[in-house]
Amino acid sequence: MTAADVPSAATWREPVRHSITTHGVIYGLLLLFAVIYLLPLVVMVMTSLKPLDEVTGGNMFWFPRDLTFEPWAKAWGTACVGLTCAGIKGYFWNSIKMVVPAVIISSLLGALNGYVLTKWRFPGHKLVFGMMLFACFIPFQSILIPMATILGKLGQAGRTLQDTLGASMGLGNPTVNLVLVHVIYGLGFTTLFFRNYYETFPTELVKAAMIDGASFFQIFRRILLPNSAPIFIVTVIYQFTNIWNDFLFGATFAAGDASPMTVALYNIVNTSTGVIEYNVNMAAAIIAAAPTLVVYILAGRYFVRGLMAGAVKG
Amino acid sequence: MATLEIRALRKRFGSLEILKGIDLSVEKGGFLVLVGPSGCGKSTLLNTIAGLESISSGEIRIGGHVVNELHPSKRDIAMVFQSYALYPNMSVAQNMAFGMEMRGVPRAERDRAVAAVAKTLQIEHLLSRRPSQLSGGQRQRVAMGRALVRQPRVFLFDEPLSNLDAKLRVDMRVEIKRLHQQTGTTIVYVTHDQIEAMTLATKIAVLKDGELQQVGSPNEIYNMPNNLFVADFMGSPAMNLIEGKLVRDNGSTKIVLERNDHAPIVIPAPTSADASKLPEGGKVIFGIRPEAVNDRESIDRNAKSVATFDAKVEIVEPAGSDTFVVTHVAGKELTARMRADTDVRVGENHVFAFNLDKAVLFDSQTTRRI
Repeated sequence: MTAADVPSAATWREPVRHSITTHGVIYGLLLLFAVIYLLPLVVMVMTSLKPLDEVTGGNMFWFPRDLTFEPWAKAWGTACVGLTCAGIKGYFWNSIKMVVPAVIISSLLGALNGYVLTKWRFPGHKLVFGMMLFACFIPFQSILIPMATILGKLGQAGRTLQDTLGASMGLGNPTVNLVLVHVIYGLGFTTLFFRNYYETFPTELVKAAMIDGASFFQIFRRILLPNSAPIFIVTVIYQFTNIWNDFLFGATFAAGDASPMTVALYNIVNTSTGVIEYNVNMAAAIIAAAPTLVVYILAGRYFVRGLMAGAVKG
Repeated sequence: MATLEIRALRKRFGSLEILKGIDLSVEKGGFLVLVGPSGCGKSTLLNTIAGLESISSGEIRIGGHVVNELHPSKRDIAMVFQSYALYPNMSVAQNMAFGMEMRGVPRAERDRAVAAVAKTLQIEHLLSRRPSQLSGGQRQRVAMGRALVRQPRVFLFDEPLSNLDAKLRVDMRVEIKRLHQQTGTTIVYVTHDQIEAMTLATKIAVLKDGELQQVGSPNEIYNMPNNLFVADFMGSPAMNLIEGKLVRDNGSTKIVLERNDHAPIVIPAPTSADASKLPEGGKVIFGIRPEAVNDRESIDRNAKSVATFDAKVEIVEPAGSDTFVVTHVAGKELTARMRADTDVRVGENHVFAFNLDKAVLFDSQTTRRI
């Protein structure tokens, strides 16, 4: 064997080299799609920073000549939603008040379900899990009427409580109703996420904690939850996006001042009187989309990592 | 009174019986090793002692109290798991103190107990680290520390060394033995490694298919195996088991090992066997450990009964400290453990010698020792 036959260590470490054409094609395509995806957002931002006459006057797709933040202020504080003209700020808080408890409760319950379905198995646990998964496949529209009936009953119970005890315990409150609906609808997904994650969670840890004398909930709180960060982030992003962006339940079960952001945005844009204020509409739409954007930017890089966790060991 | 007593323990999963009536006991300060091939029920047995699995019938007593229905935390036991099962979100100190925290032991006392155990195990410098920052051996030590702080009546070890590499495994084996000698604790230890069983145990229980095959001291298990399974399972390289025929000759009992290309080997029945009741011409299995097969010069000088024979050397395996020489007798491989500097060559005939004091005889029908 001659020296030339021996592959040297240096050639092995050489990274794969692409030609300039390959590079050009790859980056060109990436750039093209980035532009395609970002263009609507750019137009929205630009439009929201122009006075209305500039938008209608033919300068729709270019940078603003007179930069103004007026549309943002108007969208937030004084735009008319239906008959009241107090902007979308009230509805924005409605959405926050709905989405935060709904996400927390559905994630925690999903974690608890996943814990029981993997670490405290009972006869028929597969059937129970299968039926919970079914919740993921039920179309939203099909449960509107039964859900309305149930919420109506709850509302009645709330009024009875109000009359007898002086407090309705939140029953019948539209925000509470929406939280309830979203928690129930989200449980299928959150259970699926946590069950699959806990499936790979070492059962020996649970056994060790049992021998250490930890109770059912202590094991959950002290051992499982602190080691669930990746799947928690996935679940929170998923639930936050879904619940925040939901329109159907919001429009059906919460009317008027109690509407969430999405419904209010629709009402602003869909006004049938006066001039259509594109700049204000765009500002309102960006405000409506902002929270999900923020969540993705803050936690997005954990998202893929969390989805991969459990798939790959290590 | 025994610290741990198990009586007629059975465990069923539906119609499948995993443990078929186990009777075992461990004295205070004893080291019981449960050994057997995978699927023999040894881990299940350990889990039932720990209370992590329920039993179908029978009785488990720890310190004289029946613990059948008690929660694992109330059984006065501690367990070291195969994966160590250290809580990844807690520091070493928190890991060790978790059990006491759950039992509501005041913080100062917890710290004191952790510090004392950390000193014994020499892991004081690791106390603030997370399990992920520890090496395999350190994790192992922390896992033992977590068990030690409880000061339980019985320690349970579930294959604690199987995740370590070969060298560390030997080190930790010594460590466990030293710990046992220092603290005088009662230990039940599960392994599938028969060398671990031999080196650590004061008492070995060999399991197969949920049944105890033999319970005894390492010496008894090794030299006087109850049946073919135990003989074959314990020891490395395994005991030579050769089929033979029983003949009587002038009142003395002999074993004939037939060979194809050589004259049969005729040897007196081993002294360990009571062959007088066996019928003439009965089939037996002749069992002899590789170290009781040697060349004529090196065979144990104190041996009372020695038999020699000629055989062709097929394989020579120098292992450093010994040389394993493989030949064929009666259609079976026969391994001899010889001196490292033995002069044997593959393909040549060599004179082998059996030390019959160390040989055993099994009934080929019942597989039991005679």
